[in-house]
Amino acid sequence: MLLISCPNCGPRDETEFHYGGQAHVAYPENPNQLNDREWAEYLFYRDNTKGTFAERWVHSTGCRQWFNILRDTVSYDIKAVYPMGALRPDTTPAAPEGAAK
Amino acid sequence: MAETAAPKTSRVTNLSLRTSPAALLKEAFEAGSLRGTVELSEITFLTMVGIRVGRDTEAGQRIASVTGGLPATCGAVSGTGDTSVLWLGPEEFLVVAPMEAHESLGGDLIQALREALADGEGQVVDLSANRTTFELAGPRSRAVLEKGCSLDLHPREFKAGTALSTEIGNIPVVLWKTGDESYRIFPRASFAEFLGRWLLDAMREYASPEVP
Ligand SMILES: [Zn+2]
Repeated sequence: MLLISCPNCGPRDETEFHYGGQAHVAYPENPNQLNDREWAEYLFYRDNTKGTFAERWVHSTGCRQWFNILRDTVSYDIKAVYPMGALRPDTTPAAPEGAAK
Repeated sequence: MAETAAPKTSRVTNLSLRTSPAALLKEAFEAGSLRGTVELSEITFLTMVGIRVGRDTEAGQRIASVTGGLPATCGAVSGTGDTSVLWLGPEEFLVVAPMEAHESLGGDLIQALREALADGEGQVVDLSANRTTFELAGPRSRAVLEKGCSLDLHPREFKAGTALSTEIGNIPVVLWKTGDESYRIFPRASFAEFLGRWLLDAMREYASPEVP
């Protein structure tokens, strides 16, 4: 089971949360101008990332608030928790410095 | 005489007509309670009001002056007198007050909250029939809860006077630690019977002497 840190309530069991799918899928600017294929892609097509994936969760049994996390889909490691509306944080590891001295 | 006995009678009638969600477990709770070890009972018909309002807005401040403050963080409980306000979310609170505060029994709490909200952004909703209240008390009450709740209930983490939304026996509840060895549990009405029986089952082992 995942232990997810809700930004409001702190670490809680995964069973208190619901998954909201991929984060940062923008609503189309002019939905009426989309053809069926584009609309279907907006509604149903999502990335299937192997590695760090930005996704939405809601703390449904707790504070009932939505938030984003960055989760590694291989290791299930949660790398960042950040609010709705915020940009995806940069998690590229800083290059190790001064290794050879 | 304009002042008739009608309101008083209707209040008594209102109350006598009501059946609390765990009424059918009343005797089982009495039989299953272990005096001085762990005791379970239902507190019926508490007045509960759901509030959604920003704490920092003017409406929020008006409501806070009625309730005796609005809690700021997860777990916090504020209040005045016998009215308490539990934190449910950053802009969501649960007011818990005695039965008599309800307008069907002549109380004016809900009306006062509605007036405080006025045309401000938010809502005041009578949720008194949404949940019932269980009281679990005694030195073994934490051990009973720990069988079905994944929160850290150790007193160094979960202090008396705080309340958290969580799950007990897979039932979503608000768990309010009212004293060092006493808890109030708020399950929704339709889950009350299941959770009541679940708690009775979890309490049963303490009726027998501890196996060394
Ligand atoms: Zn939360």
